[in-house]
Amino acid sequence: MKYPDRPPNRPRPARPPSSHTQQRKAKPSQQGNAWLSHHFYVLFSSLGHLVRTPLPTLMTATVIGIALALPTGLYLLLENAQHISSEWGGAAQISLFLKKDIGLNEAQVHLLADQLHQRPDIYSVQMITPTQALTEYHELSGFKEALDVLDTLKYNPLPFMLVIQPATSDTIAMKTLLNSLKQLPEVDKAQSDMLWLERLFTMVKIVRRGVLILASLLSLAVLLVIGNTIRLTIYNRRDEIEIYKLVGATDAFIRRPFLYTGFWYGLSGGLVAWLLVKISFWLLQGPVKKLSALYYSQFELMTLDVLSGSALLSSGALLGLVGAWLAVGQHLKKIQPR
Amino acid sequence: MIIFNQVNKRYPEYQALKQVSFHLKRGEIAFLTGHSGAGKTTLLRLIALIERNTGGQILVSGLNLSRMPTERIPYLRRRIGMTFQDHRLLFNQTVFNNVALPLVVAGYRHQEIRRRVRAALDKVGLLSKEKNYPITLSAGQQQRVGIARAVVNKPPILLADEPTGNLDPSLAKEIMNLFVQFNQVGVTVLIASHAFGLIKSMGHRTLILQQGNLIGDSRPSR
Repeated sequence: MKYPDRPPNRPRPARPPSSHTQQRKAKPSQQGNAWLSHHFYVLFSSLGHLVRTPLPTLMTATVIGIALALPTGLYLLLENAQHISSEWGGAAQISLFLKKDIGLNEAQVHLLADQLHQRPDIYSVQMITPTQALTEYHELSGFKEALDVLDTLKYNPLPFMLVIQPATSDTIAMKTLLNSLKQLPEVDKAQSDMLWLERLFTMVKIVRRGVLILASLLSLAVLLVIGNTIRLTIYNRRDEIEIYKLVGATDAFIRRPFLYTGFWYGLSGGLVAWLLVKISFWLLQGPVKKLSALYYSQFELMTLDVLSGSALLSSGALLGLVGAWLAVGQHLKKIQPR
Repeated sequence: MIIFNQVNKRYPEYQALKQVSFHLKRGEIAFLTGHSGAGKTTLLRLIALIERNTGGQILVSGLNLSRMPTERIPYLRRRIGMTFQDHRLLFNQTVFNNVALPLVVAGYRHQEIRRRVRAALDKVGLLSKEKNYPITLSAGQQQRVGIARAVVNKPPILLADEPTGNLDPSLAKEIMNLFVQFNQVGVTVLIASHAFGLIKSMGHRTLILQQGNLIGDSRPSR
């Protein structure tokens, strides 16, 4: 028997510490290929590890999925809410209630309406006479009996009203217009639905901030879940890691499978989240359709498109990688061969 | 190849090595003996930087181990083949994969790994067992798998910690002969063992440790 043949002029890949980089240069393509194929190997072998233990993997993926689905779903709802309110924002109106006690007749009011219509900051003016208003009120208010009493008295307490559609949806221009309309001598009261729109926008802003906070907290939770899972994997494979270190594995080499494991956990968590959001929105679709039909609206619930879906997947994968990196960095150092 | 100069190793509880000095030349073979607890294993572990010495100087292939940063240690270990008393094999991996480990971590190509692992297994007489799992092998065979793993990337230095631990005398002799054969092709070999009789019969340089002191360094007269 003889020692396994050693070709005398072949550079020895077992690199001496001092000339490590030199040796690497000696056969770059070979080392490079082996390095790349090792990466691929580890990528898929770590996936294989997870697939071979389907139940624990699925449980971890679901926990991550729920944590990711919550902010995603809320964000989508918010987007939908904003979509609706922006539609309303264009429809902000100003109602002018004209003075009753100065004895305006219909012709005078028409004249005023025409004058207002000439203004560049006003898009349209609609006149509502007291009779029209009373009829409308009759139909919509549900106070039919009470109004019948007024009818018998032949008394109409309602003033002339002008409904003004501003040319702009800008809130500041709206305020200026509202103030100038208030100054008109014929006007008793000028009211706009701008204020509550403003309130709505502010509320949406608050909710958006809340979703952002929730998303950061839940991202942190995902990091911790993955970190903890990886930590357990590291300690389960402690003996293996020690042996790898004994035969000369670098930290990067040992780190690799755990990083890829974290990546797969994050990615599968993202997939679960996507699925959960899809299902939830599918469940919401029906009732929302009914509600929007009641408002004579064509509103359709927006759900995850491919772009935001892939953003969800990649943020899941990224969180997985970062979580694994934190865990590995912290725990791998502690494992030294006995 | 391996130079110890006044090396100390102190654990919090006791002093494992005291002022140990010796020089093992390139291509030399030596046994390291002494009772258990004399510091044999510690000495080997200092060479592979599994632990660091607390005093003195260790040079391996001209490299000062005290000055070696932690991130260089893997590259040192790739130049040192080491076998362990408890074999330290991966029990969820085949014999082939166990032996391939040093090559895999060093980034060898697949074909090269296959060729070298086969050669190493052939050398220790376990080529037929490459697809077996270590648990199905006897203690002697497991030790041989460990040896194959230690030599598979052809390191210039081979360290063995109690390689004949609980083997019967004829098996033990076979294992020792294997190390001698590696030495004959130029590998520097250091074997820690408390089998005094066997060591004596082998007739090579012997370092004797007693309670952390190097008390003997005998070369057989040929």
